[in-house]
Amino acid sequence: MRNENAECRNIADLSVTLSGVELQNPVIPASGCFGYGQEFREFYDIDMLGSFSFKGTTLEPRFGNELPRVAECGAGMLNSVGLQNPGIHAVIAEELPRLKEHFHQPLIANISGFSLEEYVACCEMISRCGQVGIIELNISCPNVHGGGAAFGVCPETAAQVTAACKKVSAKPLYVKLSPNVTSIAEIARACEAAGADGLSLINTLLGLRIDLKTRRPVLANKMGGLSGPSVFPVALRMVWQVYQAVKIPIIGMGGVSSARDVIEMMLAGASAVQVGAANLVNPYACKEIIEGLPAVMAEMGISSLRGIVGQGHSL
Amino acid sequence: MHLVDFTVTSNKKIARDVFEMQLCIVHCALPMDLRPGQFVNLTVDGHYLRRPISVCDWDGQTLTLIYKVVGQGTARLAQYAPGERINALTGLGNGYTLVPAKRPLLIGGGVGVPPLFYLAKELAKAGQRPIALLGFKCADESFFEDEFKAVCETVIMTEDGSAGGEGFVTQVMPGLEYDAMYTCGPEPMLKAVYDQAKDLPPGHAQFSFERRMGCGFGACMVCSCKTVTGYKRICKEGPILTREEIVWK
Repeated sequence: MRNENAECRNIADLSVTLSGVELQNPVIPASGCFGYGQEFREFYDIDMLGSFSFKGTTLEPRFGNELPRVAECGAGMLNSVGLQNPGIHAVIAEELPRLKEHFHQPLIANISGFSLEEYVACCEMISRCGQVGIIELNISCPNVHGGGAAFGVCPETAAQVTAACKKVSAKPLYVKLSPNVTSIAEIARACEAAGADGLSLINTLLGLRIDLKTRRPVLANKMGGLSGPSVFPVALRMVWQVYQAVKIPIIGMGGVSSARDVIEMMLAGASAVQVGAANLVNPYACKEIIEGLPAVMAEMGISSLRGIVGQGHSL
Repeated sequence: MHLVDFTVTSNKKIARDVFEMQLCIVHCALPMDLRPGQFVNLTVDGHYLRRPISVCDWDGQTLTLIYKVVGQGTARLAQYAPGERINALTGLGNGYTLVPAKRPLLIGGGVGVPPLFYLAKELAKAGQRPIALLGFKCADESFFEDEFKAVCETVIMTEDGSAGGEGFVTQVMPGLEYDAMYTCGPEPMLKAVYDQAKDLPPGHAQFSFERRMGCGFGACMVCSCKTVTGYKRICKEGPILTREEIVWK
């Protein structure tokens, strides 16, 4: 099996391009499931990744929501972390230099905020960092009030924040969309029209669990974002719909856990794929997916991954 | 941290809702080291998230875990039979720091008792004379008294007096001489112990905390807490906090 994989790797082209940014493969750990990379270095060489999207970062440091912040679900989990992060200044001063020694791929900078000004300030600062290849505007965090998702659930505000950030970003700007909307295609079109270079989808699905012992919600914040394999078909459907609605590239995510899921996402229209919750239950998830891709490609007769993007739509 | 496959060698009930599981390494790519106060995160069949369980004992080959059935995951864990495989992320958390002392006091409450067993053995091995002060609700819920007594002086307390002395562990503390203190148990007990352990030198009073976790290795930020020295992840910079770091809610 191992030899077979090595053979496949020689002929399989895993590379993809996102708005001119070349990635060695399409596998990208998703924001919030990979910190700033350090924890996973203890398990494998993270330089093998296509990229990774760092933890959603705001202007000021944030502790996030009260605990408990996690609840298990069938084939998935709810989280309500609420954007805990050290703030953009600490990320630029400490996390990025620390990462520089170990990660040489273009980084995806996930930026969040509570006001238009905050998003713009963060984009402007992070845009100047050489390690950053793409800025991912998180307008879809379901776990904070007054910011994040508030921008992402309405086409007008989504367009407004996209346009404002685009003005100050020297790097391709991807907008991360919420699935908690009536029509994700409509929001996607609004972002595209406002100048987005690409789209990331989906963020987590708003959910709830109640503890039968206490008869109260498990999460201190009551509702939280659902992720894990259970959301995969929903994510795939939304990537499919958005692919039909826009021309800009899509990074597909939501429940991706295997090389086969990656191929499926790409057939639906994703140019690259993010992996979230899978990293939390198996720290080697992305490594195993990358190493598993050549065999699946060989089995399917795929020589170049970039060639299958959106193939599911062709008659 | 290692991802390790184990075989269950035994899994038996040792008190009301409390089980002792013994596991033997099947495969681990690198030599595996476990320190007292660390935990492992187990894959439980039919459940998405792993289950964090503290290390009760480890001899380089056999891992002993003691857990209480509190929900569906631990209920499924209790059904594992000898011979079945179980995957674990091991060596998680900071673990207790063994500090120089003559007479360390180990205070455990309920299912917080297990990590103190491995600690007692290591302290005794280092030439210290630990004393274990273990509290349970009642005799039916008590466990490991004989095992502790084989390692160190042991005092048992139960809330109803059905085994050992009657009352809380904190009632016994004032009468004991100790120069270091390690504890694990329910948070109200930790707080009561904290209030009495104020005269120890910095780093000599160590508390083990429990939180709902996601990954167990510092990636997901669901088990964060506020401390005197900033935000910490219970799974990574914890679960052991020193008295000086703790900020109570």
